[in-house]
Amino acid sequence: MSAVETTEEPGGTAAVHTDKIAGVLMPTGARPRRAGPLSASLTYGWRALLKIKHVPEQLFDVTVFPIMMTVMFTYIFGGAIAGSVDGYVQWLIPGIFVQTLIMITMYTGLTLNRDISKGVFDRFRSLPTWRPAQLVGALLGDQVRYTLAGVIILTVGFVMGFRPDGGALGVLVAFALLLVFSFSLSWVWTVISLAVRTEQAAMGISMFILMPLTFASNIFVDPRTMPSWLEPAVDVNPVSVVVTSIRELMAGSFQAGSVATVLLYCVVLVALFGPISMFIYNRKS
Amino acid sequence: MGVPEIAIETSGLVKTFGSTRAVDGVDLTVRRGGIYGFLGPNGAGKTTVIRMLATLLRPDAGEAHVLGHDVLTEAKVIREKIALTGQFASLDEDLTGIENLIMLGRLLGLSSRAARSRGLDLLAAFGLSEAAEKQVKKYSGGMRRRLDIAGSLIVTPELMFLDEPTTGIDPRSRNQVWDIIRTLVSGGTTILLTTQYLEEADQLADRLAVIDHGTVIAEGTPGQLKAQVGSGALTVRVLDEADREDAARVLGEVIGADVHRESDPTALTVRVDQTARAAAALTALEAEDLGIETFSLGQPSLDEVFLTLTGSPADDSAQGTPDETKAGAR
Repeated sequence: MSAVETTEEPGGTAAVHTDKIAGVLMPTGARPRRAGPLSASLTYGWRALLKIKHVPEQLFDVTVFPIMMTVMFTYIFGGAIAGSVDGYVQWLIPGIFVQTLIMITMYTGLTLNRDISKGVFDRFRSLPTWRPAQLVGALLGDQVRYTLAGVIILTVGFVMGFRPDGGALGVLVAFALLLVFSFSLSWVWTVISLAVRTEQAAMGISMFILMPLTFASNIFVDPRTMPSWLEPAVDVNPVSVVVTSIRELMAGSFQAGSVATVLLYCVVLVALFGPISMFIYNRKS
Repeated sequence: MGVPEIAIETSGLVKTFGSTRAVDGVDLTVRRGGIYGFLGPNGAGKTTVIRMLATLLRPDAGEAHVLGHDVLTEAKVIREKIALTGQFASLDEDLTGIENLIMLGRLLGLSSRAARSRGLDLLAAFGLSEAAEKQVKKYSGGMRRRLDIAGSLIVTPELMFLDEPTTGIDPRSRNQVWDIIRTLVSGGTTILLTTQYLEEADQLADRLAVIDHGTVIAEGTPGQLKAQVGSGALTVRVLDEADREDAARVLGEVIGADVHRESDPTALTVRVDQTARAAAALTALEAEDLGIETFSLGQPSLDEVFLTLTGSPADDSAQGTPDETKAGAR
C-alpha cells in the first residue's frame, strides 16, 4: 500500500495515507443498531441548531420582525380601535404573539424547500433511519426560533405595559400551547414547499393562506364588530380558537374546553399534513 | 449466512421524467467485490440508475435487486448495507467537517462519544484533521470529496455508490480519490462508480457498462472495450519539416491506417489499434533515419469510444480528454 504524499491546498493537511484508511475501516457487516426515530429526530434537530450557530443571520426574521409587528400594530391601531394604547396592549399582545409565530412557521417550509434541493438530503434519504425524522428534526430545531421570537414579543409587550393577570405560569402554559400549535401548523407549509417547485411559489401560496387566516380572526378586533356573515367564519378560524385560548391562559383562566379544541386542531393538522408531506417527500426526485 | 455472489441485478429498468425516458430498459449484472464502472456522457442516465439502486427513486418499470433485496419492497434493508456519495457533495455545507461526521455517526446509531471519536479517526486517515473545525463551504473540491467519502465509511458499506467521484477536482486530488477507492475495494466493499472519463474507468474498473440515452450500449472489461475501440492515437513530431512526408509514408505502411497531417507542419497523427504497432512504427522511423522530436500515444477519448460504438459522437459537453473536460463538467 503506497502513501500519496502531497502538500495539500491551503487549509488541508498533508497527506492521504491509504494504509491509514485501511486501518480505520470497520469490517463489513459490523454495524451498530441504527438510531431509533426519537434519536434520529433529535440528531436532525441538533443539525438545525448547528446551522443557527454557524449562520446566525437566519435569526433576522425571528428577532426584528416580531419587534416591528408588535410596536407597529400597537401604536397604529391602539388609539383607533381601543381608544388608548394602554388598553389595547392588553388585548393585542396575546394576539400579536400568535400572529407572529404563525407567520414565522411559514419560513420553516421555505427553508426546507431550499434544504431538500441540496445533496445532503440524498445522503439522508439513503440512510436506514426513520424517514420522517428528517422533517420532524427540522421542525424541532425551529422550535428554538419560535421560542426566541416569542420571548422577544413578550418582552416588548411588557415594556409597552402588557400585564397579564395569569402571571408567569399563565404565560408559560400559553407559550407551550402556542409552540405545540406552531409545530403542528408547520406541516402545512412543509406540504406546500415540497409540492411546489420554487421558493417564490411556496411563499406566494403560504401568504395567500396566512393573510386571511390571521386578519379574519380575533387578533386585532373583536369579531362582534364585523359584519354578521363574517362572524361565524372568524369564530371557527383555527387562529381565533388559538388566540382565544392563549388570551384565557394569559388572563389566568384555564378553560379545558378551548385548550382541548386547540389540541384537537393540532392532532388534525399533523394527522393530515404529516403523511401527505412524507408521501411527497418519498417520491421527490 | 448465505452471501449472494451478485451485488446488483436489474432487468428492464425504466425511469421516465415527463416525456424523457431517462433510463430506458437497463439490464445489468454486477458481481460482488471489485469496481464496476458506468461510463457515459452527461444526461446518459447514469445518475438516475444509481438513484434507483440506492432507493432514492422508484423505477417506473422493471426490476432491481441490490445485495439480493428488492429495491421496491426491501428498501430499508438495502439502506442498511449501502452508502451513497452523490455527484454534488452529500454534505451539509454550513456545518464543519467533524460536525458532519458526528451527525452521520449518530444517525447510524453510534453514541455521541463514539460518533466523535470515529469522526476524528476518519478525518485523520483522510488527511483532514486540521480542517475538522472548518465549515465545509470553505473546503476545496478535493477536500470535500474526501470528507464525502469518509462520511460513507463511518460504518463500512457492503456496496458503495460513487457518482462521478472526480468530476471537478484537480489531478492530484483525483489520484488521491483513486487510491482511496482501491483501498476500499481491498477492504471488501463492492463499488459502483460513474464516470465520464475513459481513463478513470480504465484505471479503476474491473468491468464497465457504457451508457447512452438511458441504455447500455456496451458491457465488458476495459480491455474488451478498448479492443473494440483501439488504443488511441499516435502523434509524432519530426525534427525537420522536410521529413514529414517520408515519416507519413512509413507510419502509413507500418500501422496500416490513414495518417492525418496536423496544422503544425511537423506533426502527424495516426489511429492505432494495438500499442505494439506504434512501437514498431517508431522503430521503423528510426531505421529510416527520420529524426523525431516528440511522440505520444494518447488514450482514446470518450468521444472516440462513442464514435466507434454508436457511430455518433457523445452528445452534450463530454468530449476530449479528461483534463480538458474536467472544468466544464457538471
